[in-house]
This record gives sequence, structure tokens and C-alpha cells, in this order.
Amino acid sequence: MTDQQLQNKIKTEEYFINMGPQHPAAHGVLRLILTIDGEIIKNVEPDLGYIHRSIEKMCERDSYQQIVHLTDRMDYLSSHINNEAVCLAVEKGLEIEVSDRVKVIRTIIDELTRIASHCLWWGVMGMDLGALTSYFYAFRDREMINDIFEETCGARLTMNYNVPGGLMFDIHPNFVKRTKDFIAQFKTKIPEYNRLLTDNVIFHKRTKGVGILTREDAISFGVSGPTARASGFSSDVRKHHPYSAYDRVDFKEILFTEGDTFARYQVRMMELWESISIIEQLIDNIPEGEIKAATKAVIKLPKGEFYQRVETARGELGVYINSAGNKNPYRVKFRSPGFSNLSVLNHISKDVLIGDLVATMASFDFVIPDIDR
Amino acid sequence: MSYFSDIYKGIKTLLTGMSVTGGYFIRARKGAITQQYPDNRETLKMFDRFRGEVVMPHNADNRHYCTGCQSCEIACPNGSIEIIWDRAVDPTTGKKKKKIDKHIYHLSMCTMCGLCIEACPTDAIVWAPNFENSVYDRSTLTKILNQPGSSVLDGIED
Repeated sequence: MTDQQLQNKIKTEEYFINMGPQHPAAHGVLRLILTIDGEIIKNVEPDLGYIHRSIEKMCERDSYQQIVHLTDRMDYLSSHINNEAVCLAVEKGLEIEVSDRVKVIRTIIDELTRIASHCLWWGVMGMDLGALTSYFYAFRDREMINDIFEETCGARLTMNYNVPGGLMFDIHPNFVKRTKDFIAQFKTKIPEYNRLLTDNVIFHKRTKGVGILTREDAISFGVSGPTARASGFSSDVRKHHPYSAYDRVDFKEILFTEGDTFARYQVRMMELWESISIIEQLIDNIPEGEIKAATKAVIKLPKGEFYQRVETARGELGVYINSAGNKNPYRVKFRSPGFSNLSVLNHISKDVLIGDLVATMASFDFVIPDIDR
Repeated sequence: MSYFSDIYKGIKTLLTGMSVTGGYFIRARKGAITQQYPDNRETLKMFDRFRGEVVMPHNADNRHYCTGCQSCEIACPNGSIEIIWDRAVDPTTGKKKKKIDKHIYHLSMCTMCGLCIEACPTDAIVWAPNFENSVYDRSTLTKILNQPGSSVLDGIED
């Protein structure tokens, strides 16, 4: 029998397996229905709904101050940035200008949040690809940021520090010192991260050329954040539509053109340096000013639509508020970065191995409550 | 040829990575941040702004600051606070005044958002740094914040 005859005789059959909802590589309750032929993926179908809490509907029930704390629970790794997005949208509706002090503090905590989120992502990405050490190192360094948050905001993860019109209370006296300590220490850790994981040849082989996302696809699927910037799509909201104090700091938008998993990895690693530089520019001269602009106890937005977008650690978060002039919004919609980023997964995961899908997903940095809301 | 260079590169990066972990292996004790949690209860100090649970401080005479204005009840996003109130005649002025009968706090529903404490005009409720909230029976998480027989301090108006 020749090889050709043998090939014809062996029939392969497509079948499906569930990746998730309890899969350790999925970082949450995301169920992917994989249609596979052997180990080659033919189709990826995300199945959502396992952590749907109807946050958008709950927002219609709540007052504008109460909405803020719900957004903590969306993308819990960038909770402060989510809070800020809602507050900025409400402030836009009320047409109040927050003081410079609030803007600067918000920006500093935003960037600390981004570092914490990228730190966790780095550890988890290493773990997904089999390097368990990175997980512990990342959590060790993230602990310092959590301490800063705990001291100033009172909570480590769901901080709820923003209120429409400013901040709930002033920063803790130790905030500046702790942040400086953290920056000084973290600067020595990033080269360590690079030695441990970035330069590793196994890591290169797992990530280079895997899950390539072209610039055109990134734009047409609405991909944003570091994932889009790794494909050369300049989409940084902080740069293009500056909010808070981002217009007064000098930072680079990291762009790569490869679009593969390694490029996405590098974008995030270099964003750590940019975040550090933003904090360093602001931390020494936090201007004086009022912490909270005077708002009424019952906030009523004027009739109309308000939209605000911010750059979270995962991409562009849009908050759309449709107000009918009451104390509750008529409709609230969150354009979450994770949802749009997930939509491109099927497109770039055709005819790859399951192991490569895990690497691709790790580099996308999904937070499932953000996708499902 | 690339076969051998691959082996060389593989070993080199492996050793580079292991120099990081090996470094920590040697000076592991210095930077250890592991908390020996149940054993260090006496020395463990939470940050003063830490949001553990809502409490109502009372002074030595069993008096508190709560006037029963219900700002916290309105501010709470998930109905964790219920205030059962009454009107009583103030003996000094002879006017009817609102007073709390029970300030009920459902810790099991609380999301620690802090809006009630922000809303309180008299700072009658504050955060306490208690975090060991696991219990066998859910009903024990429903707490009555004002102590039995307590009353509002004189002169506290909202």
C-alpha cells in the first residue's frame, strides 16, 4: 500500500471539546467550544453567560453615585479606571470641572492600577505557558501596589475611590512615599522579569509567530488596547482623547507591527516602563486643590446622551449614559474592551494547535467579568 | 549547525533564568513577605482606612451620634442598611424628635463601597478593620448597630 492509499484509508473526523468554563488557562468562567480535528483547531466558539450579573440593568435602578461601585466588578483588575470612566461621564453631563489635584491623583492611581494589572497578567501568562515562578514574582510585586491602595482607598481590589465630582477622600499622607518606594523597587524588578521569561528560548518558541493578528483585522473587529497596538494600530485613548491629567504628561504609545503573541507580550512589558514614567512625572508635584467638587446629594443629569471613553489595562472602555432627566439613568451601556477582543479569537485561531490557543489567549489578557458584565 | 546553536541558546537562557531564581534561593529570608496569618493575629494591624465592616461607635454613657436621618439607607446601593425609627418627645424642648429604634446592618449583602459612611452627616457610622467575617449561620451577619438602651447624644442635629 502506498502512502497515498493509506492516507485515503484513514478518515479523520471533527469533534468538539469544551475548553472551560472551569479551565485554568481561561482565567475565569469562559467556555470555548473548540471544534478540532486531531489537535488542529477548526473553530472556536466562545459561550458566554456564566458570570452575567446584569450590571447594565442594575445601573438603571441605581443613582449615579451608586453606579460607580458596580463598575468595580466588571474589569476587576482595572477597577479604578472603570470608576473613573463613569465619573467622567457623569461630570460631563453635569458640566463640572474637577480640580487639578483630583485629575493628577486619578491619573497616578490609574497608572498604578495598570501596573498592577500588567503585573498579574505577566505572572499568569508565564503560568499558562508553564513557567510557574513568574506567577509568584508578579504577585509579590503587585502586593506593594495593593498595599498602597489599601492604605489610601481602604480596599485592595474593588476600591470605589472615585465619586462624581472628585474623590471620596484625600490621599493618605503615606501615599507619595509608598508610591516612590514602589517605583524605585519595581524598576529593579522588570529587568529580572526579562531575564526570567522574556529572554527564555522556550518562551520565544511558544510565542513568536503564534496567533498573528493583522492591523486590518484588529481595526475591523474593534480590537483595542495593547492587543491592537501590537498589531500596529494606534488606539491609545490616553494619547488620542486625553482625559484627566494625561494631556500634561509625556509618554510614548508603544507600537509593534508583528501582531503575534510575542509582540503583545512586549507591548505590555514596555507599557510598564511608560506607566512608571507617567507616575514619576506627576508624583512630585501633586497640586493643591479641593478633593470633591460640590454636587447635589441627588444627582440628576440633564436629558441627553453622554459618552466617555478611557483606556483600561485591556483596552478602550466606553461608558454610554442615556439620561431622561431623572435621578436614575434611562440606559447605561458599557463598551468593554474584553468583549471586542474576544471576538477576534476565532478569526486568528483557525488551524493552530490547542497549545497555541492557550498562548494566544494568555496574551489577550481576558478578564471574564468584563466580557460578560 | 543551528541544532548545536539551539542547544547552546537553550542552556544559556535556562541558566540566565535560573540565576534569578537561584539568587532568591540564596537570599530567600531577607525579602520574604509571607504573613503567618493565624499566628500573627496579635501583631497584625490593618490600615486605618481599611473597610472591614460598618460599626456605630458608642461612648462610655452608651450614647451614639445617629439621628435617624436615613441618609445611609438611601445611599446604600444594595439595601444593606435598614433603619427602624420612631418619634419621641424630647424632654428638654418638649418637641417631637426622630430617633432610631434599630439600625440594622446586613453584612452579608454589603459590598464595602463606603457610600453610607460618605453620606452620614454626623459620622455616626465608621469603618472597623474587622475582616474575619466567616460564620456558620448566615443570620449572624445581620447586625443591629446601636446597642440596646442607647440613645443619641444631646445636641446632634443633621
